[in-house]
Amino acid sequence: MNVFNSILILAAAFLAVFAEAAFSFPHRLLGAQIDLLPALMIYAALNLDIFTVSLLAVLGGLWFDSLSANPFGISILPLYAIGFPIWWKRDLLLRELPFAQVILGATASAIVPALTVLLLLTGSHEPLLGWGSLWQWIVMTAGGALATPIIFGLFDWCNHTFGYQPLVQTAFRPDREIRRDKKAK
Amino acid sequence: MSRNKHYVALGSVTLATLLVLNLPSQAASRLKMGVGSLFLPLFALAGSAQQLPGKAIDAALPRSQLLKEIENLRQENQQLKVQQLQANAALQENNSLRTQVGWAQQQPWKLEASQVVLRDPANWWRTIWIDKGTRNGIRDNCPVLTSDGLVGRVSSAGTYRSQVILLGDPNCRVSARVTNPAHDIGILTASGPLDNSLLNLTYLSSSAVVKSGQQVTTSGAGGIFPAGIPIGQIADAEKKEFGLYTEARVKLSANLGALKEVWVLTNPQLP
Repeated sequence: MNVFNSILILAAAFLAVFAEAAFSFPHRLLGAQIDLLPALMIYAALNLDIFTVSLLAVLGGLWFDSLSANPFGISILPLYAIGFPIWWKRDLLLRELPFAQVILGATASAIVPALTVLLLLTGSHEPLLGWGSLWQWIVMTAGGALATPIIFGLFDWCNHTFGYQPLVQTAFRPDREIRRDKKAK
Repeated sequence: MSRNKHYVALGSVTLATLLVLNLPSQAASRLKMGVGSLFLPLFALAGSAQQLPGKAIDAALPRSQLLKEIENLRQENQQLKVQQLQANAALQENNSLRTQVGWAQQQPWKLEASQVVLRDPANWWRTIWIDKGTRNGIRDNCPVLTSDGLVGRVSSAGTYRSQVILLGDPNCRVSARVTNPAHDIGILTASGPLDNSLLNLTYLSSSAVVKSGQQVTTSGAGGIFPAGIPIGQIADAEKKEFGLYTEARVKLSANLGALKEVWVLTNPQLP
């Protein structure tokens, strides 16, 4: 839980939002764009402090809305609605298990767009919805579920490679070393 | 403080969200543009990434094929120049007749070419970002088209880039005219979130005789799009609400899923 992790997750969110807008092949191939912010939020909520989780919700939401036709700021609350409860109960969740990561990723990726659309409809906006939206929702859920363990693996590797690792004290003590000279032999 | 930091965080995020959501629309729009401009350095990267497959294909094409293509383009250019001469003569004639009748003269279209750099990351909107803005003469509501037909309109023009709402987005409704003898007019609306090539042409009169294959163009009503821009052609039609009105499906001429370069009409002349 250091600054490096926080910067890394925010940089990843920035690039993820840009990639979602720049690369449209998932949309052309599957009919829906996969959102990586819920998966990043799961990682942040399980591994980082509440300040980073809050910052990710605010900045991630604002970045997403700035490239979208969404009203500015509407994506913050759905992201935080996922991040905050998971951070709250993070000690009870099996964060190490890939299966748990998949389930959490799927749940977050399903809830975040649903909440955003609900907020849009509440605010008398008119998003493009229909039966096809159900397919898009399934694609987003499945995409988020697959992306979550990948993100966990990637960030764990980054932490291990670039992050600060405290020195582990070994059982070896030089004052207890048994010295043998030639005579003892 | 440290024990209750989660409550402080929750309160701060909720407050910040409410504050941003309740900003006046102009301030929110400016803030949105400002935050979006953080991505400006990456725009060029996106443009290059999109051009990379095309460049790779160009590099792999044999020289003979390229020369043949150049020759074809030269011939096409000659033909278009001749057609341009004819069009200029027709425009002059039209303008002199308009002057005699006392109507305002028609100005030729002023088009600004621009590249599509980004697409809306949300699945429930159909918008794109182009790499031209107000410094290129682009303003809000300028019509956007390709050589095939209408694409949409500029929804928000920034200094260096603009957001374009595509046809099929619920916020982009177009008054369209069918080229049948009655010149029936309807409203072009979204059909569904998955298929972006078919749109609904609704509120056609109950007596409208709309057949498959008939061309659809902008009607000029509505104050945004000038008349006569091609949109597509009728795919099928049916009576709605016990024959109260007719609704048709329109197959768009422009491929909205593969837009790379678009033209912005910076001096739309409205009737």
